[in-house]
Amino acid sequence: MFERLSVMLMKEFLELKRDRWAMFRLVVPLLVQMLVFGYAATFTVHHVTTAVLDLDQSQASRSLISHIVATSRFTVVDVAKTQRQITHDINDGSATIAIVIHAGFARELANGQGAPLQVIIDGTNSNTALIALGYLEQIVAQYSAQLPGTVTLVPGFAATPPRGIDLRTQPWFNAGLNDRWFFIPGVIGTLTLMQVVSLTAFAIVREREIGTLEQIMVSPIRPVEFILGKTLPFFLIGLGDISLISVLGILWFHIPFLGSPLIMLLGASLFLLASLGMGLLLSAFSRTQQQAFALNFFFVNPFFILSGFAFPIAAMPKALRWFTLINPLRYFLVVIRAIFLKGVGLSALWPDLLAMALLAFVMLTISVRRFHKSLD
Amino acid sequence: MNATGPAVVAEGLTKRFRSFTAVDHLDLRIEKGEIAGFIGPNGAGKSTTIRMLCGLLRPSEGRALVAGFDVGQQPEAVREHIGYMSQKFSLYGDLTVRENLRFFGGIYRVARGEMGERTRFAITMAGLQEREDALVRTLAGGWKQRLALGCAILHRPPILFLDEPTSGVEPEARRRFWDLIHELAAGGVTILVSTHYMDEAEYCNRIALIDRGRLVALGTPGQLRSRHLGGELFEIRCTPLGAALHVLQGAAGVIDAAIFGDRLHVVLGPGGLDQAGLPGFLQEHGVSVQAVRTVTPSLEDVFVRLVSTHHGGQDSS
Repeated sequence: MFERLSVMLMKEFLELKRDRWAMFRLVVPLLVQMLVFGYAATFTVHHVTTAVLDLDQSQASRSLISHIVATSRFTVVDVAKTQRQITHDINDGSATIAIVIHAGFARELANGQGAPLQVIIDGTNSNTALIALGYLEQIVAQYSAQLPGTVTLVPGFAATPPRGIDLRTQPWFNAGLNDRWFFIPGVIGTLTLMQVVSLTAFAIVREREIGTLEQIMVSPIRPVEFILGKTLPFFLIGLGDISLISVLGILWFHIPFLGSPLIMLLGASLFLLASLGMGLLLSAFSRTQQQAFALNFFFVNPFFILSGFAFPIAAMPKALRWFTLINPLRYFLVVIRAIFLKGVGLSALWPDLLAMALLAFVMLTISVRRFHKSLD
Repeated sequence: MNATGPAVVAEGLTKRFRSFTAVDHLDLRIEKGEIAGFIGPNGAGKSTTIRMLCGLLRPSEGRALVAGFDVGQQPEAVREHIGYMSQKFSLYGDLTVRENLRFFGGIYRVARGEMGERTRFAITMAGLQEREDALVRTLAGGWKQRLALGCAILHRPPILFLDEPTSGVEPEARRRFWDLIHELAAGGVTILVSTHYMDEAEYCNRIALIDRGRLVALGTPGQLRSRHLGGELFEIRCTPLGAALHVLQGAAGVIDAAIFGDRLHVVLGPGGLDQAGLPGFLQEHGVSVQAVRTVTPSLEDVFVRLVSTHHGGQDSS
């Protein structure tokens, strides 16, 4: 067992060493994607392009607009003169949101009867729209709260919350509700999954293509020796990947790391085993590298989308929620986010760790069984 | 491996891929120390047969014993006793000659103490002295192929399967390769080698002619020549060739007639035309004959003859 495994490993590492682009391919794309994700993946909405139509031209209307602009959430791109101009701005995309203050706004405010404020928003990007509306609601609520007396201002889409309940939110684990803290640990898991699954699948299919696999199959090697020899290097590479981009996340993006590195190592190992199992399964169903590529694309994207990386699993239809149960990334994202941000331990994470261990066991077992050294 | 039995026995060995029958009830027996050649056109089922004998493909029907072990039931035991060079045997191009040898030696668990000697043997055999540390992808085809053979016999297998080992290799390297095969056979190794080069068939002790998955003929090159042609082979120089072919094809005693370059090859059986009667017969039909002589049939003649009757038989059945 040890003799065969050691020559398998020797061969893999020699091939890796001789491949002068290997280090480049293994490291640079990860670092670049990590940086791109780190900066680009955010739900925060800044500088929403805004068109304003102020038909009231009063002190009150101007004051409201300056409140809105002051936050840097909204940037006025057009001060319109007509309703038609507003429609045009939204249609051609030069403005995402339009604020229309009708004539008589100041008078109605002063009368205390509640003044309407019309907001038109481009709902094409529903996420940005919702978030921008949320900001606007807050700004308008603050503005109306500071108006003298009991005057209320009613935005066009919702009533101001009833007086009496004073909501004081207290976010735990990410007090600033910083998106990056949420995304970066997810990016670490996602990038590792993509890298490890494709590396494993391609490595085996390549040997099949050049014919060395047939030569190995005709030897008395045991399937488990071959599979171990083929996957152990990628396991180590995967651990290296996770460490590298975790350190980048901590040092460059200042993501806190509150949990135990040992539990992280355990979680990462189980996750890598499950990913290796996936790669092996893909390779078992691919004769050529093109097929492996197509399969990889077919599986890795859904696994990414159905992982809870960005879209909450709880909001998915039931069938998809069931599917996420066999997605190792789903569990690892829970684990890695918890270790980074919450600092919780085994007592909280054992169900996810156990699920990954089960998935790894099942996929690796199927792979070893399917590799029955036959070309049939 | 039992000491007396044949090295390879196949009985009714059959392989079907869905509706396609690649190997059709093949019977075969190869004695120890023989060089057995599998000859046949591409797609005849040579590779499929070899893969079944190596335990890489499971027979759909029939059975085969290699070194006394059933390939379907005990493939692992078979693997311990064979060396195999697949049609596209690839070494690891990014590894050196020595590293490739060490890899395959390790996979076959060649004893540590023996590894040095086996490596030297393989390197000498392949003529790769002083190139031990060259990357394999920098080697020319003939060297790669001899190194591949070296890798396949590191563990001293008593039976060696070589699937078209010389395809795509230049003639000089092919000849050297066959020298190696003969040396191995002299050392007691049983070798089953497939090829589609007819000239290589002459190097084998026995030949199995395979066509469309069936065994068409089996015997020594000499036996095949005398037995399967059904008569004596003559070469005729005459003009016009076409008219000569036409009259000979229907004549009594003519088993086969075919244009062979700028001459005719005619097989004459007993009863009917003979060598003496040929020139007169042709001249009667307006063909002028320059020369008639007997020739030793090549295996290609035999093969063409056998394959055409084989197909004829199939078509009429």
